[in-house]
Amino acid sequence: MTSTTDGTPDGTADGTAGDVVLVLLDHLEGRLRPTSLELLTLARSLPGAQVHAVWSGPGPDGAALAVVGAHGATTLHRVEVEGADERTTAAAVDALVAVVGAAAPSLVLVASTFEDKEVAARLAVRTGGGVVTGAHGVERTGDGWLVRKSVLAGSWGTACAVTGRLAVVALSPHAVRASALEGAAPPAVVEHRVEASAAARAVTVVSRAPRPTGDRPPLAEAEVVVVGGRGVEGDFTAVEELADVLGAAVGATRVATDEGWIGHEAQVGQTGVTISPRLYVGAGVSGAVHHRGGMDASWTVVAVNSDPDAPIFEFADYGVVGDLTEVLPALAAELRRRRG
Amino acid sequence: MRVVVCVKHVPDIQSPRAFREDRLLARGGDDDTLNELDEDALEAGLRTVEAARAAGDEGEHEVTVLTVGPAHAVEALRRGLAMGATSAVHVTDEAIAGSDALATARVLAAAVAHLHAERPVDLVVAGMAALDGLTSLVPAALAELLGWPQLTLADEVAVEAGEGGPLVRVRRETSTQVEVLTAPAPAVVSVTDQAFRARFPDFKGILAARKKPVTALTLADLGLEPTAVGLAGSTTRITEAAPRPERPDRVIVTGGAETVPALVDYLAQKGFQ
Ligand SMILES: Cc1cc2nc3c(=O)[nH]c(=O)nc-3n(C[C@H](O)[C@H](O)[C@H](O)COP(=O)(O)OP(=O)(O)OC[C@H]3O[C@@H](n4cnc5c(N)ncnc54)[C@H](O)[C@@H]3O)c2cc1C
Ligand SMILES: Nc1ncnc2c1ncn2[C@@H]1O[C@H](COP(=O)(O)O)[C@@H](O)[C@H]1O
Repeated sequence: MTSTTDGTPDGTADGTAGDVVLVLLDHLEGRLRPTSLELLTLARSLPGAQVHAVWSGPGPDGAALAVVGAHGATTLHRVEVEGADERTTAAAVDALVAVVGAAAPSLVLVASTFEDKEVAARLAVRTGGGVVTGAHGVERTGDGWLVRKSVLAGSWGTACAVTGRLAVVALSPHAVRASALEGAAPPAVVEHRVEASAAARAVTVVSRAPRPTGDRPPLAEAEVVVVGGRGVEGDFTAVEELADVLGAAVGATRVATDEGWIGHEAQVGQTGVTISPRLYVGAGVSGAVHHRGGMDASWTVVAVNSDPDAPIFEFADYGVVGDLTEVLPALAAELRRRRG
Repeated sequence: MRVVVCVKHVPDIQSPRAFREDRLLARGGDDDTLNELDEDALEAGLRTVEAARAAGDEGEHEVTVLTVGPAHAVEALRRGLAMGATSAVHVTDEAIAGSDALATARVLAAAVAHLHAERPVDLVVAGMAALDGLTSLVPAALAELLGWPQLTLADEVAVEAGEGGPLVRVRRETSTQVEVLTAPAPAVVSVTDQAFRARFPDFKGILAARKKPVTALTLADLGLEPTAVGLAGSTTRITEAAPRPERPDRVIVTGGAETVPALVDYLAQKGFQ
């Protein structure tokens, strides 16, 4: 059930030949997550693309709409799912399926988070599409979409052609740099009302509470991440201090989270948070393959480790073989000093 | 209670991994192992059944490990049986080679449906990711294909008596929320690597595993056409695969605080100051 409240024709009906590229927006308390802006920026860079965005749940307010427009979306689909909690995976898919039906995109972009990857999987099953996660780039080919990603803990690069009816691509954070357009109008808003599927109604949300967030940027979205490993020996002070100076998020290896030195949500790696910040600083981190798999896409990697044979030096851009308790405080002090 | 645990045999991530000429991942090496994260899934399955027994449920309890993969993937099942699974099912067929995550989920869904028709399944448990492709797509796709409720990335799993039958309850942490979800059984659950430290098979378990049944099923047994799986049934295809070049211009220095000014210069040049 799709209703257009403002008379805007849906999807490709306006006669232009290009692809509709649909972007799933992630928002928290009405504010867009930075990764959503990266998705919009990538979408509008694709040749001939008409960028449509999907928003489910309460909002967006005028400010959020302006941001969506400034990042290139010309249409925003606002979806209300009736009969289920819209944040459960199956209900989020119900919302997307309705918009896919109305806007007929050839590509759907979502963030490569655990939540959105699951949405991507179900959407592809329902639509006969193909899905690729952890993408670093997307290209239009003659008859479809080609997705680039790195695999096997960063040791191989692949290109993957999507042959399904619809390409559903989960993009890694920081794969593109978000940028706003000057003077872009807010998108036209199309309202959709969707009955929840049986799969969505079957799940009951007994309780939901926000996870406490500190003052730092969220790990997955931060431009700079400072990671502490076993080498910090229980004391994250030097890591925190450097993160303060760099405006960075703090991450950890599984050894550090297992030891209880820092919360589990800080774990970076294959089974923790996948990060690809502009700058990764690893201190007392050996660079085990489980860890590497979650950070190999970082743009610049700096390592401080006392063991010259630590594997992290094999994939660091800049390595300091030294004691972190000496190097980290000196680094924080020098950065501060140069700023005056 | 009947629990099916999906386990995958994968190349060991500690040894060199590579793609073949045909751009499929090289499998079947001596180092291939049961995906570590599926040991946690099996642990969750075993604990659920143990909890039912401890609560006095004297019904028939079964934990079946299920894999889709080539002949040598039976090793993953053997390991699962040694850990305590009661039975094992191996879906193997030449046509399956080259299946992407969704095509794999299609085979798993057909196998679960097959088992469910035999004797009702209450719970399907999967790991949070297979460490080869690392997609985390299969559990959600499986729930969609089966039409069963999805309760994924759980760090607590319980099966309780509900009004209309068993109710599955999970606790999960998303990137922003902590949630408790319930859904009527049968449901598809996946578990994180946090909560279920897998038990180690003991000698007795390893011996007992040799006598436990492993059922082999083909696509025909599941009523699946060969074109529904493998490369033909996949909606993604790897067209290029190459080892990634090392990071160019690597700089390694040795020392303490005296190395810091050069590092700060380097960071400034990259735009971090
Ligand atoms: C299924 C599974 C999933 C996993 N998932 C993850 C994951 O997602 N993320 C993750 O990180 N790990 C994960 N692991 C664990 C992973 O295999 C490694 O054990 C872990 O990453 C190692 O952490 P580390 O580098 O802190 O410790 P170590 O490997 O012990 O390295 C510590 C390093 O600190 C250095 N050091 C010590 N003192 C100093 C000092 N004073 N100054 C400078 N350097 C010093 C040492 O030289 C050493 O290289 C997983 C493991 C399994 C089995
Ligand atoms: N071929 C397979 N056979 C059995 N289970 C699988 C297979 N592939 C994936 N799984 C299950 O799905 C989970 C997630 O895998 P993936 O989505 O491939 O990252 C794994 O941890 C397994 O529990």
